[in-house]
Amino acid sequence: MGEYHPPPLPSPFNNTSPPPTLLTQGAEAHLYKTTSLDPSIPAALKIRPSKPYRHPTLDRRLTRQRIIQEARCLAKLVREGVSVPALLAIDWAGHGGEEGGWGGAWLMMEWIEGSVVRVVLEKWEAWMKDQTLDAASVEKEEKRVRGLLRQMGAAIGVLHKAGVVHGDLTTSNLMLRPFGTEVVEDDGNPSMEGDVVLIDFGLASQSSQDEDRAVDLYVLERAIGSTHPRSEPMFEELILGYRNSYKGAVSALKRLEDVRMRGRKRSMLG
Amino acid sequence: MASCLETINLPHLPSSLPVHVALYRDVQNAASLKGHLLAGQKEFEYAFIDASMVLSRAHVTAAVFRAVNDYMHNRLQSHNVHSEIVFSLNPTNNIAESFRRFGITDSTKDLLVIKVSVSPEITHESVAAHLSSSVQGTPVPFDDQTLSEVSDINKIKKAYKLGALPSPSSPNDEAKQRLEKSLLSAIALRGS
Repeated sequence: MGEYHPPPLPSPFNNTSPPPTLLTQGAEAHLYKTTSLDPSIPAALKIRPSKPYRHPTLDRRLTRQRIIQEARCLAKLVREGVSVPALLAIDWAGHGGEEGGWGGAWLMMEWIEGSVVRVVLEKWEAWMKDQTLDAASVEKEEKRVRGLLRQMGAAIGVLHKAGVVHGDLTTSNLMLRPFGTEVVEDDGNPSMEGDVVLIDFGLASQSSQDEDRAVDLYVLERAIGSTHPRSEPMFEELILGYRNSYKGAVSALKRLEDVRMRGRKRSMLG
Repeated sequence: MASCLETINLPHLPSSLPVHVALYRDVQNAASLKGHLLAGQKEFEYAFIDASMVLSRAHVTAAVFRAVNDYMHNRLQSHNVHSEIVFSLNPTNNIAESFRRFGITDSTKDLLVIKVSVSPEITHESVAAHLSSSVQGTPVPFDDQTLSEVSDINKIKKAYKLGALPSPSSPNDEAKQRLEKSLLSAIALRGS
């Protein structure tokens, strides 16, 4: 296999100096770190390249629809004061014409400092494994995790209250942004102080239905169960944080019971 | 009169397209500047913005970036990149409305002037010279501190239909940041 080369950056980011650095690459998009329109403030750049195997007209329509949907959700949530990265700029139109032009789309967002909750919990679980703690210390440690889970629940509640469902809630799509400037990494036991910020609204949609809200919670519950076994028993704390965050939470949680019984697909056909 | 013209190379835009920005207070000849602009005089091709409609540097640079990016990709909806900057401040697709709301008016007192170097003869020096001979006003720095003394928060909120948002009470509080972010997303999403 040859060395991997990410696709060339679309205009205007072929001008950017220094060039944006590639952070992650998913099936739908590439994520870069770059600067905002103020060179001293960083920004995240999400690029959805066109998919050559799709018909060009269909491809442009899908790419455009999806990036606009994501941007609209972010815009709405920022207006509502929910902790999400702000939308800074977007281009859904492509350029260079239908034939041979660039049919992708991009979105520039506020850069969120900190780490994703997945990393925080993984570090904590690894650290706990290496310790021999008395019952009181274990309880103290678990209390920190419970606090974080409660905050996560509250953040999701605020999101749902604003009329948006995330569509892909995992611990990789929740970030912990430290309060101050920089937290000192201690002996491998991570800090759990900070604001929970929701990220990656690529599959989000505007909905206030209990079903959609319950599926958000269910997907996260399953994700925590499979990636953070040591933290999973404390998931109830997340539910508690969620329950207290907005009025509609109780009926969404009622629906969660049904979803747990049958899985996230409502239809049992096919 | 001392010039306060600032020349900015916006990140992501080619260095061949620097942006020249000047902010004036107590402008005495807004009506005549508007007249020159409406007469289509080439040397008065600027984005003349009523600075009371501007919240911050980030607010303006978002509109400049959108306009220049659309200019680079041949997607202008108005006459030129300068009218497009005024149009880009608007949250909706109505060009005439954008000029009424954000453009210079006869009664404009605080004026933000923007010129993009779309041709090589447009330089910092040429823009500074032309502005100091044509704008009668007090040049002030183009920064958030000065803009906060100039901007009319209620008018801005109304133009963007953001009346429900809390109003900023100090220069860089949470309400201001939230309002600014809401403006940036409105500019970005216009026409979506």
